[in-house]
Amino acid sequence: MLAVRELRKVYGSTVAVDGISFEVAANEIVGLLGPNGAGKTTTINMILGVLAPDAGAIAIDGRDLARERRQALERTNFAAVYAPLPGNLTVRQNLRVFGMLYGVRQLARRIDAVLERFDLEALADARCGVLSSGEQTRVSLAKAMLNEPRLLLLDEPTASLDPASAREVRASIRAFAGESSGCVLWTSHNMYEVQDVCDRVLFLSHGRILLEGDPKTLPAEHGKENLEELFITVAREPLSLGDMAV
Amino acid sequence: MISPRRVFAIVLRLYYLYRGSIARLMPIFIWVLVDMVLWGFMSRYLNRVGGPGYNFVPALLGAVLLWDFFARVMQGVTNAFFEDVWSRNFLNYFASPLSISEYLAGLVIASIATSAVALAVMLVVATAAFGLSFLSYGLALIPFLLVLFLFGICMGVVGSSVVLRLGPAAEWFVWPIPALVSPFVGVFYPLSTLPRWMRVIAAVLPPSYVFESTRAIAHDGRADFANLGIAAALAFAYMLAAGWVFTRVYREAVRTGLIARYSAESVS
Repeated sequence: MLAVRELRKVYGSTVAVDGISFEVAANEIVGLLGPNGAGKTTTINMILGVLAPDAGAIAIDGRDLARERRQALERTNFAAVYAPLPGNLTVRQNLRVFGMLYGVRQLARRIDAVLERFDLEALADARCGVLSSGEQTRVSLAKAMLNEPRLLLLDEPTASLDPASAREVRASIRAFAGESSGCVLWTSHNMYEVQDVCDRVLFLSHGRILLEGDPKTLPAEHGKENLEELFITVAREPLSLGDMAV
Repeated sequence: MISPRRVFAIVLRLYYLYRGSIARLMPIFIWVLVDMVLWGFMSRYLNRVGGPGYNFVPALLGAVLLWDFFARVMQGVTNAFFEDVWSRNFLNYFASPLSISEYLAGLVIASIATSAVALAVMLVVATAAFGLSFLSYGLALIPFLLVLFLFGICMGVVGSSVVLRLGPAAEWFVWPIPALVSPFVGVFYPLSTLPRWMRVIAAVLPPSYVFESTRAIAHDGRADFANLGIAAALAFAYMLAAGWVFTRVYREAVRTGLIARYSAESVS
């Protein structure tokens, strides 16, 4: 569903993403992990088409992003804590505008469906700017699901949610991956959440994929007790894992 | 290929914003209303002290009306663009299937709507209170409005490119554009008044031909359609150039990560 090949991005003398390749299959949830500065958001921005790679190729559902941008992005959507929907429109107005941008058919019915799914019916006519950060995250997720994307990109989607809301969001995303033919690329710093949700994880360090595997078995394979310990090792001593780089 | 539905989405967002906001609606017509009253009385006074033979109402009030129309067209584009700057909406927009052509088309349509409202308000006040007859311009009125509209769109798109390239703080460069251009295009005086170097610049600015024509009509009732043709061709060329500039700036912003950084630091 998502195929990334030899993707590279350099800012001046800083190599943000260093020739990474990976795939995400239909119904799969893949965690993109790594410390701050590892290249996660740069990778996501390139997949979203808002940052041009210096080299490499991205294909979404078989559509090359560079050559068939519109077709590729019609099949994609995203939610990120740093990209809330405009606060000066209501939830329903925002969903209508973005539904039209993504070419959603039977838009009114689809808006009602995502409002119900994310428990936003009571807030449908409230301006997004007056919502709590948790409610705004749910609105972003509703927008992200609006076009039933084949590829869903989530950059720390539960960062501002309380534990109960975060659990509901995780359940919704699992349901999305299970029920539709879509896939999810997910970044998070919450390793328990990653272990709970992701089928596979990719550890990024200094723009390269250092480790890849099942989050439930990967820590033991590297002599660590849990994913958090493995994350800390990747962040502090990537060279100790360097010979395992994929 | 441009999708009308996506263009309409851009317009719809702006409609939602303006529909419920006095703060956005008032500036569309309040300043042009003030200008009409101010320059209406000024024209009436000059007619009285200047004696018969020359009517300042079409020459001065009409020129101010047309210049305000240009400024409203430009600000219609830039204000619509600024709404996305202020709400940090670029990442949401440009990570969607929306193309640059569709986005710009949406801004232009929004500008047509707001500038049409401003023009209607100015016409009502200038006609009812000061006896300006827009029909006195005859058929020249069509190229007048067309040239000023195209050049207003062009300046709006260029101003938006500057802010996209330099960041939100560069708004400061955009607001004074009409004031900076007006001395060169002779809104209030004939181009022959200007020194040679200013006349050279005036010759490549399409509104210069419009305002020379308004004075020609006030003086001897005839517009120079050949010059208005040059003005229209210049304005059209500038508009294409402005679209090219915006596209180049956007592509550079995508290359450097500026689009993403409007919402967040992308080098994480």
